[in-house]
Amino acid sequence: MSNIRVLVAKVGLDGHDRGAKVIVRALRDAGMEVIYTGIRQTPEQIVAAAIQEDVDVIGLSSLSGGHMHLFPKVVNLLNEKVPDNNILVIGGGIIPDDDIEELKKAGIAAIFGPGTPLKDIINLIEEKAGK
Amino acid sequence: MVEKLLADFRAGDKVAAARIITMLEKGDPKGKEILKDLYKQCGRGYVIGLTGPAGAGKSTLTDALVKELRKKDYRVGVVAIDPTSPFTGGALLGDRIRMGDIAMDPGVFIRSMGTRGNLGGLSWEARDALTVLDAFGCDYLIVETVGAGQSQVEVEKVVDTVVMVTVPGLGDDIQANKAGIMEIGDLYVVNKADRGDADQVVRYLEASLELGHKTEGWQPRVCKTIAWKGEGVADVLDAITAHRSFLEETGKLEEMRKIRTYEEIIARARKMVIDELKEYKGINEIVERVYNRDQDPITAAEELVNSVVK
Repeated sequence: MSNIRVLVAKVGLDGHDRGAKVIVRALRDAGMEVIYTGIRQTPEQIVAAAIQEDVDVIGLSSLSGGHMHLFPKVVNLLNEKVPDNNILVIGGGIIPDDDIEELKKAGIAAIFGPGTPLKDIINLIEEKAGK
Repeated sequence: MVEKLLADFRAGDKVAAARIITMLEKGDPKGKEILKDLYKQCGRGYVIGLTGPAGAGKSTLTDALVKELRKKDYRVGVVAIDPTSPFTGGALLGDRIRMGDIAMDPGVFIRSMGTRGNLGGLSWEARDALTVLDAFGCDYLIVETVGAGQSQVEVEKVVDTVVMVTVPGLGDDIQANKAGIMEIGDLYVVNKADRGDADQVVRYLEASLELGHKTEGWQPRVCKTIAWKGEGVADVLDAITAHRSFLEETGKLEEMRKIRTYEEIIARARKMVIDELKEYKGINEIVERVYNRDQDPITAAEELVNSVVK
């Protein structure tokens, strides 16, 4: 069996995870193995978990405004620790449109804001990380 | 590629360990070859199983136990199992939420796994992951089972010490005396001891355990914990260590592990034969023959097995 493995994490000082839990549930129902590591995670913790769990996808959630600092930090740390990784890193939460371009340049493959149909997220993951 | 992976693994690289576990999870034939190679180096690690109902605090207790073991500088591997959906094949693996503090510890490796069709049991993938982490140099291995009901006792066949975790409010002395999962603990933990009447649960368990245990000569202890605060957890580790000493001194550990080895060989052989049988090409003709009463199913099975097992 070959399920897509996804790590979902709330990065930074951000305790609101209703949205992240909805994503976790949707991905679970789409047949993925979803590892949820909970709220207030540092980039170091997220990368350590992603390594041990050998995930295909990391989904970062932030509602607290720290995304410009924290999302790229996760990508950089991941590339430093696992240079040959092909992990898809995506993000979501409250992200101003103006920030999206820069985040994409920093290696976040996609950003999903409020109101995104869950199917869009599932489709992107299946397309880019499906086996 | 396999050589590089093994070299990295031997050098203590967690990325390599994680990738080997993934290969085994996916049934990659190269993973099997690696496992054969690693088998020689394992057997050093001591395996602890944590089982008990969903929500009893197994993950939190695992986190606290790992911290106690790390104080003594032991390396620890954790395999944490959560249920796979029988409908979609998906899973929410949420045990790590309680283990955030230890995630970055260089001496700790945690892997989450789905049950993947093994109802309450331990999948081959989980056993293989334990073998990998043992060979990786973990002194202690902790398996956290999926939330267990009354009769999910398979963990007992795989681990050296079973820690049965329960909480106040789940039942009286009749529950404590029921067959099945209540029989398999080598020690019992009443977690969330600050809630409900934990002392009464301890009394129920102790009264039940006084009447006997599966292992002759061993009297399981009952510990109280408040795992999220770390309270009582050192006591749990003492009880585990006491059980280990008992097994080692009486020769029961060796005896137990030999039975386990025997069972593993038989189970693997059985799986291989069944896989071969399922792939047998002439099966439809045999079915037709037996259906039409031209042959009986006993003879057909004998012939089938003989043609597969050379």
